[in-house]
Amino acid sequence: MRALPVGDGALLVEVASGDEAQALHAELVRRRAEGSLSVREIVPAARTVLLDGLDDPARLASELTASDVPPAPPRARDVVELPVRYDGPDLADVAAHWGIREEEVARIHADTEFTVAFCGFAPGFGYLTGLPTRFDIPRRATPRTAVPAGSVGLAGPYTGVYPRSSPGGWQLIGTTDTVLWDHARVPAALLSPGTRVRFVPVGAA
Amino acid sequence: MTDRALAVVRSGALTTVQDQGRPGHAHLGVPRSGALDGPAAALANRLVGNRSEAAVLETTLNGCAVRPRSTVTVAVAGAPCPVTVDGRPAAWAAPVRVPAGSLLDVGPSLSGLRSYVAVSGGIAVEPVLGSRSTDLLSGLGPAPLTDGTVLPLGTPDELHARVDVAPQPAPPTELVLRVTLGPRDDWFAPEAVRTFTTRTFRVSSASNRIGLRTAGPALERTLKGELPSEGMVLGAVQVPPDGRPVVFLADHPTTGGYPVIGVVREPDLPAAAQAVPGTPVRFIKVRSR
Repeated sequence: MRALPVGDGALLVEVASGDEAQALHAELVRRRAEGSLSVREIVPAARTVLLDGLDDPARLASELTASDVPPAPPRARDVVELPVRYDGPDLADVAAHWGIREEEVARIHADTEFTVAFCGFAPGFGYLTGLPTRFDIPRRATPRTAVPAGSVGLAGPYTGVYPRSSPGGWQLIGTTDTVLWDHARVPAALLSPGTRVRFVPVGAA
Repeated sequence: MTDRALAVVRSGALTTVQDQGRPGHAHLGVPRSGALDGPAAALANRLVGNRSEAAVLETTLNGCAVRPRSTVTVAVAGAPCPVTVDGRPAAWAAPVRVPAGSLLDVGPSLSGLRSYVAVSGGIAVEPVLGSRSTDLLSGLGPAPLTDGTVLPLGTPDELHARVDVAPQPAPPTELVLRVTLGPRDDWFAPEAVRTFTTRTFRVSSASNRIGLRTAGPALERTLKGELPSEGMVLGAVQVPPDGRPVVFLADHPTTGGYPVIGVVREPDLPAAAQAVPGTPVRFIKVRSR
């Protein structure tokens, strides 16, 4: 674990893997909830957790790097189920890349329990991990100028759902009607770091 | 009951509603947003007796014109500009009474880029995640003003004393930004880091509320490849593949994959918000506190 200073009030804690980043994030959120950590933002990402709005980043840095991060705590949170139609325009490309048939892509995806590793790109856009690394897939060579809201896509090790229409380069395998982001709802984001997710196939495949 | 509202007659190049933003939601991918020149927005609010969290208008380059439906007190701060009420000159950076139905015109900035218009009672659009700010990256908050937009106003808060005049810094003729290096300065050759902290850049016209873009020397990376996405802070100086540093401002993305060579101190960012395209920019290396 490395803790890199970021400006005067933030710390970027770098760990060896995405799993470690998720465990560290869970631990830091726990510390903030119990009152032993005062921080404005805890932002997990692929291999890091950013802590922004710290009074004494240097002291926290030495404290963190001296201690072991416990493995991610038992997952007590409910699973969010997202009904999905596996009808994406890139289903055939994904199947070819994985060397299997299209129906198998849907089966593998729907049999996987995902965890929101982190959010970014747009409000409510979660980067979901859970697929074995052999299913990593590159982004599309040419991004689409408009990906419809609710599109379920794959990129690298991640699965994601577009909360609203936007440009995007992810490989689209399906569609959900579930609203991922609604700022009039509490909470606004259906998916936040640590949320467990399952995709439930609906309708004609 | 009076009709506490403001009709937009001339929306200008880009006028948005801004307050202190919505920090605390970065983990959901929500930018902090908020007034780019926070001290100017706070001053405008103080001049009309508003609380510092009241929402104001942030103009860009050529001001805006509005017509209140009830008599209000307004103040314009930030970029200096001509202010008129029904065509008659009024004071800048001072409280101005605008009678119901009169036209307040905030003219083009004489220097600087962004003027702040506070109205007694504050702009009272519905908050989103605790803030009324327009976030141009993610589209949260009210849309940028268009001609004909009608904005609700809050009730003036008489508890807060006004100030009559207040000094404020002039917009910069040269922008000097103090930076602490890192967290990814090791992705650059020592020569590139030296270039970054010694050479003069210029503010690019591609700058916006998301970032202050620069033109000038390109900073060459030694580490190629992709940086896995990581959290970004306000003031982060990100270096995209073209090598031209970008200073992240209030609407910056919460995560990013280009290396951050350094971070600009927060007190220096309001001046960055007022630097017009072409302004020379220097990054001065300081030690982390």
